[in-house]
Order: sequence, then structure tokens, then C-alpha cells
Amino acid sequence: MIGVLRFLGTNCDRDLYQAVEAVGLKPQWIWYQDTFDPKAYEALLIPGGFSYGDYLRSGALAAKAPAMKSLTEAARAGVPVVGVCNGFQILCEVGLLPGVLLKNQNGKFIDEWVDLEVVAASPYTGKKKVRYPIAHGDGRYFVTEEDLKKIQDKDQVWLRYFDNPNGSTFDIAGVKQDGVYGLMPHPERALSEWMGGADGAGFFEGFLK
Amino acid sequence: MSQKIVVGVKVLPRPEVLDTQGRAVAATLKEGGLSLSECRVGKYIEVSVEAKDASQALEQVRQMAEYVLYNPLVENFELEVKS
Repeated sequence: MIGVLRFLGTNCDRDLYQAVEAVGLKPQWIWYQDTFDPKAYEALLIPGGFSYGDYLRSGALAAKAPAMKSLTEAARAGVPVVGVCNGFQILCEVGLLPGVLLKNQNGKFIDEWVDLEVVAASPYTGKKKVRYPIAHGDGRYFVTEEDLKKIQDKDQVWLRYFDNPNGSTFDIAGVKQDGVYGLMPHPERALSEWMGGADGAGFFEGFLK
Repeated sequence: MSQKIVVGVKVLPRPEVLDTQGRAVAATLKEGGLSLSECRVGKYIEVSVEAKDASQALEQVRQMAEYVLYNPLVENFELEVKS
């Protein structure tokens, strides 16, 4: 069973739910106000969207929700976790991933397909170069120079933009820490050719199987 | 002689306006076991200006606040000289 979290304002939840079904696995909703048994799921997914309307800072309020307490316990116990877009922001706010996501450098919401390079070892078994859509206003990954060196030394940068759209430090599109993965692009919006590209299918095969 | 003076502009929703962001933050604080009666969320803007003294600097920034920094329908603002 794969758990998919839902907060007030999450809006990519169905996409992610269906991506799990598409690779033949069983998803289950997890409501943000509920705690759960950290051993109950094989993997946990946090969808994109605008939890709490991005009030205070994107992801800041969702990070304090009861479901995130259980997710943190699960992650510490080794359950794989993936956060997409707002999910990535929430994982940074709760401290399971290093860094933070700031407003795009050009001040605009960016919605486009981007080319990405998978640069570190990950359960992602697909191609080294992939194409996913992005859709975010706060996508500029930021870490201090000192922390950047730390995460580079530990090979925690796993996904990078070819053509940096938002001003992210070191062109970073995704970071990881132990079994916790975050990325700004949306693999769940790239599952088949009619969606504009099918590179996302390999992502879910690789992470969940 | 003019000098660089930093003026802070504190903008908050007016008390009679429903502050949805403040409510969401208050709810999260309460769920975290922290006790409070109310929370309001606004913004803080720092402006550096060249002025001959503090009162002239305040006047310049008051104009900016009234020009665009706050909306008198739903917000109040306060000014303070930082340095």
C-alpha cells in the first residue's frame, strides 16, 4: 500500500494517486489531520499544490500537521518518501530535506516542460536524461554555500535542470536525504505520450517497485 | 546635509477585516499546543532614503506607504526609524 497525503489546498493529489495505480500498485489517501502507523505503508507520497494557500511560507503550516509527525517517524524508520513540488517544500520545512524553496528569480509563476538530468544514485531506474513539466512560483532551491558543499559531498543532489528556469542554487531540481526524495518537477504529469511525454512512468516504476 | 536613513513600514490587516492567513497560522499554533488568543499576519517593508533628518525621512516613506505600500480599505500601517 502506498500512502498519498492530502492537506487543505493540495491539488495534485489525484494525479499522484493515479500514477500509483498506473504502475499496478494500490494507493490510499492519508488525511492531514490523521496520524498513522509508520509501518503501515511501503512508501509515502506528498503531492503538489498549495497547502494552506502558501500562507506564512510555502509548506510551513502543512509541516506541522499531525500526518507529518507520522510521516517523519516512518521516514526515520526507513520508509521511502517522495515529495513533489509543494510536497518538496513541505519536506524542507519539516527538516527531512536540507534547504528551502524561495520565489522564482524572475518573480513569475513558471509553467513549462524542462529537461533534467538524474545525477546521483537513486531508486529511479529510468533514463539519465528526462523531461517533466514544472508549475511553480516558489521553485528556487536555496542552500548556503557551506550546506551546498555538504550535500554535494554526500551525493544528495540527484536531479538538476539543464537550463535553470528559476534561479535554483547549482541548478538543483531535486535533493535527497536517506530514503526521502524531493523534486520540483511533476513526473505524475508525464505518464504517457498524450500528456506531452512519458518519462514520468519510469519514475514511479523505479521509486515504488 | 542629507544622510541615509532606514525607515520600517509595518503593514497589518485592519482589526475588523477577517485575516484568513492569521487564522490559519493561529490554528496551527494551537494544534501544536501553544496558547494564544489571536494572531494576525502582515508584512514588514524597509526603505532606505536620503533625508536631512528623521522627520523628513518619515514623511518621504509616509508618501510611499500611501502611494502603494498599504491599502487603506483593508490595512493599517505604522512607520519607525530604524537607523
